[in-house]
Amino acid sequence: MLISNIEVIPGKTVIRHLGMVQGNTVRAKHVGRDLMASVKNIFGGELKGYTELLQEAREEAVARMVAQAAAIGANAVVNVRFSTSSITAGAAELYAYGTAVILE
Amino acid sequence: MLDLVVFSALLASGYIFGRVAEKRHFDSLRRREDELADILAFSVRTAPPYASPPRTRLVGGNAVMSVDYFKRVSGALRSVLGGRVLAFETLVERARREAILRMKEDAQLYGADMIVNVKLETSSITKGNSNQTACVEVYAYGTALIGGQRR
Repeated sequence: MLISNIEVIPGKTVIRHLGMVQGNTVRAKHVGRDLMASVKNIFGGELKGYTELLQEAREEAVARMVAQAAAIGANAVVNVRFSTSSITAGAAELYAYGTAVILE
Repeated sequence: MLDLVVFSALLASGYIFGRVAEKRHFDSLRRREDELADILAFSVRTAPPYASPPRTRLVGGNAVMSVDYFKRVSGALRSVLGGRVLAFETLVERARREAILRMKEDAQLYGADMIVNVKLETSSITKGNSNQTACVEVYAYGTALIGGQRR
């Protein structure tokens, strides 16, 4: 499965267009990470726990999108976009969407 | 009285450690940016015509950055007076440069020398919870062109 955020893959032609596919996940932080974050709160700097958490969540959103694309017989997802929104304090939604296509 | 002592201790340690950490981070950013300077990142939406890579791949990098206690207080004061909030400008800059660097490191792993259609997404993940960490997440992503000849 080829995933890309450009519309035209160099050297490849789209032979069928299968519509939009999407994947999302909502994650909350666990207490341990929150505790570390409140220490960081004083000194500033990167919150590694959150960075990892969001990266894992994003990978999961992509995996769901890819599963959906595979289910409808696509071999590529192009024009992929990501979006993040915090629904309530303490939980974030990661959303990945793109266009499923069959490439030659 | 005790509150005041705790407050000033937090303020002072935030100021000192925050400054040191920020300076160190900016130094490391500059050094790594020089190292990764040959991986080009573009925000154009299509691959340049001379690049005909056999493979493409989605690459990305993210960073969650928070401000220190001193900056949070000075930022809060700023929001009363209005104007440029320098304290938060460096926060977002650090997060953004770090995310771009991580995206480039990811691209380097696959042997890419160019990333096109780079998008940056900024979100505050602890919005609406004022007594919590003030932090932003920046996610940078793009399509790495692997194995094409340059120029």
